Amino acid sequence: MSGAIRLRDVTLSHERHPAVHHLSGEFAPGSLTAIVGPNGAGKTTLLRAIAGLHPLDEGRIERPAERIALLPQMSALDRTFPIACLDVALLGHWSRAGAFRAIGSAERASAETALEAVGLSGFAKRPVGSLSAGQFQRLLFARLLVQDAPVILLDEPFNAVDARTAADLLRLVRVWHGQGRTVVAVLHDLELVRREFPQTLLLARDPIAWGGTEEALGAANRLRARMMAESWDAAAGRCGIAA
Amino acid sequence: MPRPVAAASPPDPLLPDFGLHDLLVAPFAEFGFLRRALVGCLALAVAAPPLGVFLVLRRMSLTADVLAHGILPGVAVGFLVAGLSVTAMSLGGLAAGLLVTLGAGALSRATGGREDSTLAALYLVALALGVVMISMGAGSVELTNLLFGSVLGVDDPALVMMAGVATLTLLSLALAWRPLVLECFDPSFAAAERAGGGLWHMLFMGLVVLNVLAAFQALGTLMAVGLMMLPAVASRHWARSVGGMAYAASGIAILASVAGILASYHLDVPTGPAVVLSAGLAWAVSVVAGPVDGVLARVVRRRHLAG
Repeated sequence: MSGAIRLRDVTLSHERHPAVHHLSGEFAPGSLTAIVGPNGAGKTTLLRAIAGLHPLDEGRIERPAERIALLPQMSALDRTFPIACLDVALLGHWSRAGAFRAIGSAERASAETALEAVGLSGFAKRPVGSLSAGQFQRLLFARLLVQDAPVILLDEPFNAVDARTAADLLRLVRVWHGQGRTVVAVLHDLELVRREFPQTLLLARDPIAWGGTEEALGAANRLRARMMAESWDAAAGRCGIAA
Repeated sequence: MPRPVAAASPPDPLLPDFGLHDLLVAPFAEFGFLRRALVGCLALAVAAPPLGVFLVLRRMSLTADVLAHGILPGVAVGFLVAGLSVTAMSLGGLAAGLLVTLGAGALSRATGGREDSTLAALYLVALALGVVMISMGAGSVELTNLLFGSVLGVDDPALVMMAGVATLTLLSLALAWRPLVLECFDPSFAAAERAGGGLWHMLFMGLVVLNVLAAFQALGTLMAVGLMMLPAVASRHWARSVGGMAYAASGIAILASVAGILASYHLDVPTGPAVVLSAGLAWAVSVVAGPVDGVLARVVRRRHLAG
């Protein structure tokens, strides 16, 4: 149901220091891929670049024409903001309703259905400030459901949520995969990745491995990922790899 | 309220035989300048506080204050060129306000500094520069007027400007409400959905500059944002939605305007500070008695629910 996302020699950087270094490959349509790697490996930066939120230093990202939905890290949001749960779910209609078009009963109904699907029925009028971290993450998944995008990017979706919430949300990810959507998730739990994600991109600033999960997460690859220097080299010269 | 009555003193406004009509209505019926002050303050009170709510939610509470100081050099230029003319001072202030807003953003982006520290530096310089410039062309009376405002000296052009700004602000807010709330709550979602966050932010900051300018006519540089920010900060204790907070903030500002003008008349204190103090009193009451996170609501704990 969606085209592939192709990365061609992509380099992303923060103040010229590369966060993702010469990465090429593709997320096949309908694939379910985990992005794994140590902190500072460029995982979040890569997701943001695919969503068009981070400028490319070099290379190209070919996106399908369809919409891309991004679940940001929960900590990036103000959880005390005075807004009701239903309104957050309704934000998922933005690509269709925009700033001015009316929100009708059909939109409202789909947002309420989404709240039910994530286990938040009865929460419609509650302000988000009253939600726990797990409930807030469920709410953001409800917004993803309303967005109904063929490509879904999840940044650490199961951080700071309990096992039951993680299991519920994982079920939604499986449903999306079954519906043929392209799903990419940044994750830290290798057990979970091995169990649920057929494809894995192991990233440590430089691409370490990209392919079938078992192979990508092999011992040699994981060792190479761990060798990544945590901080950038302040005295680094210009990159010698031809663009 | 039994009070000992001093026989030979001039009429005390708080005497018990002083009727409600004399206390609340007569001053406005009697004095045109009080009516004008009231209309001007009410225009400010309906439009500026909702902007203040958005500033609070964006953690930009001090930005309006910075702007109010930042416009002073521009106002001073207008004043030096054309005297106490609303048009000249407003145009100068508008230019300076936009320069400070856009300049602070551009400067902090270009130098990697934080925007709030750049704003702080700009407004300190702007305030000092403004005072020096006005002093070159005027005496201390005009300087006091510009710094503290003269609610009772609001003339026709000033009233027209305040009403025009209020109208423009309310219409713009009605139009831009959804993107403004989104931009506040989840800017990266707004960016991913191409919701034009930057453009709405510019419109919003433009409105803030205009409202600060309008308030400046009545309340002066140092008090201009009192009617914008105090009700906005107080409104947090009365509502759990952005819309509710905006209504609460406007309501508080309207009450504070009326109370402040009456208090300044009866107690013979400067009007601008009286209005701002009334808003401050409303804020204090909100902090203590407001149903959302108020002190009383926390102290007087009701028994927990069953589930």
